[in-house]
Amino acid sequence: MPVVQKDGVSNWIRRDPKDSMRNYLKWLGGAIVVLIAARYIGAQTIWGFVLDAPAQAADFVSRSVPPDITYFRRVLPALWDTVNIAVFGTAGAVVVAIPTALLAARNTTPHSSLRALALTIIVVSRSVNSLIWALLIVQVVGPGLFAGVLAIGIRSVGMISKLMYESIEEINREPIEAISATGAGRTQVFLYGYVPQLLPVFVGVTVYRWEVNIRESTIIGIVGGGGVGFLLNSAINRLAWDQALVVLIAILATVVLAESISAKVRAAVT
Amino acid sequence: MLEISGLVKRYPSGPQALRGVDLTVKTGELVALIGTSGAGKSTLVRCINRLVEPTEGKIRLDGTELTALDHRELRHARRNMGMIFQEYALVDRLSVMENVLSGRLGYVGVWKSAMRRFPPEDVRRALELLERVGLREYVDTRADQLSGGQRQRVGIARALEQQPALLLVDEPTSSLDPKTARQIMRLIVELVKERGLSMLINIHDVNLATMFTERIVGLQDGKIVFEGTPEELNEEALTKIYGEEDWHAESRSAQAETADNGNGEKSDEHVPLNTAEPGR
Repeated sequence: MPVVQKDGVSNWIRRDPKDSMRNYLKWLGGAIVVLIAARYIGAQTIWGFVLDAPAQAADFVSRSVPPDITYFRRVLPALWDTVNIAVFGTAGAVVVAIPTALLAARNTTPHSSLRALALTIIVVSRSVNSLIWALLIVQVVGPGLFAGVLAIGIRSVGMISKLMYESIEEINREPIEAISATGAGRTQVFLYGYVPQLLPVFVGVTVYRWEVNIRESTIIGIVGGGGVGFLLNSAINRLAWDQALVVLIAILATVVLAESISAKVRAAVT
Repeated sequence: MLEISGLVKRYPSGPQALRGVDLTVKTGELVALIGTSGAGKSTLVRCINRLVEPTEGKIRLDGTELTALDHRELRHARRNMGMIFQEYALVDRLSVMENVLSGRLGYVGVWKSAMRRFPPEDVRRALELLERVGLREYVDTRADQLSGGQRQRVGIARALEQQPALLLVDEPTSSLDPKTARQIMRLIVELVKERGLSMLINIHDVNLATMFTERIVGLQDGKIVFEGTPEELNEEALTKIYGEEDWHAESRSAQAETADNGNGEKSDEHVPLNTAEPGR
């Protein structure tokens, strides 16, 4: 009870003594959990390796500098593959995600069983990491770009449709009522009432997911999904640190560029 | 023209919003619905074009029984009823012109409307209406760039672009300042009278209701408790509609306004709209 009576005068305090005791106990419990976990992790760690880490890191750095600039000749085509995986994966995902989102939103779904189906698709897609999707898909379609596109696409459907259907459910009902009140048909209500409200969200979500996919597709080559990840993996396996550094620089530049494009597009459509 | 009888609306979750409403609006008549919030005014207006489905009762518009129509027939019937909303209900990201033209969606095919290819006479009428409401220069402005009063003018133009026989108006001035509210009310009433339309307007502001309409209907808890001219809306009637309160100011202004209505009606108080309401 935040409002208390004392000597006939009303006063307000944030927590009464019982509440603050409960609050302290929560913090104490949290601290105990952290201490126990730290002890457990400490027991599992080989401290010799950790103490050696600065020396090891310095060794990596000395071996990777100067980077092997000539390796860019192999990195650039692979990077192009990576960007393509992201673009086509995202595009494919959007094609599937828009109908899925319309089925999943309470206010646009034709039937609750279709809504359940759409929500299942979303959960399945979201709950498996794209690297794991790639591992599975490479078994089915063989290694290469196509496997990467599929993995990225399947992984993206869930997030894109989830964000889209949430925005459909939060739509402003008033303009839709107004358009219906003119005698417009269902398709026209959709075109004039829903589309203008949803378009900026849809574009924003798509571009954001594309940016995430650029990052994800750099790694997917490690398991055979094509793209620059394969080169990174092979450079590390060959202990060719000067080449690995080149790959990392290329990835960093691409990701920074993708993020700035994505931010600009999203700012333009709101 | 509009005959409502025994109209009942029961919301699944809440109490009964309308408990047997009988109401007639004649051709060319302007009827104001007043009452407290939650009295059922909005529900009543929305039952007529079935944005809210009535539970029981009959609504006849020019002989057509609206409650019995299927989806397709309802669309046709809706073309004859224009509606103006409290929060304007414009599509924010469409231009002023697109918003006004959306009043014709009931007449234009899906593909043509998707491509924004409206018949030339629709476009011409839209331009005339925009001229009339003082927004001719704002044709290509996006609706969310306008001020509240300007937005409501677009809402008015959209409703009239339909060329309706009946205008349903739901609290057109509640989101506006008192001066803009009067300008908007005057504009609606002028346009309705020019075109000989009927109007059912649901309005909070008793003074505006008595100033601009000929018949007042008081709704209280889903039932009609008063029906009469603005002069008949005395303190006793206001108490019946709203409950016990000092109604001196309202009833006095009602009588004063209606007294000078004879010559006051034509007073040409066209404030230049664009200067009066700078865009946001």
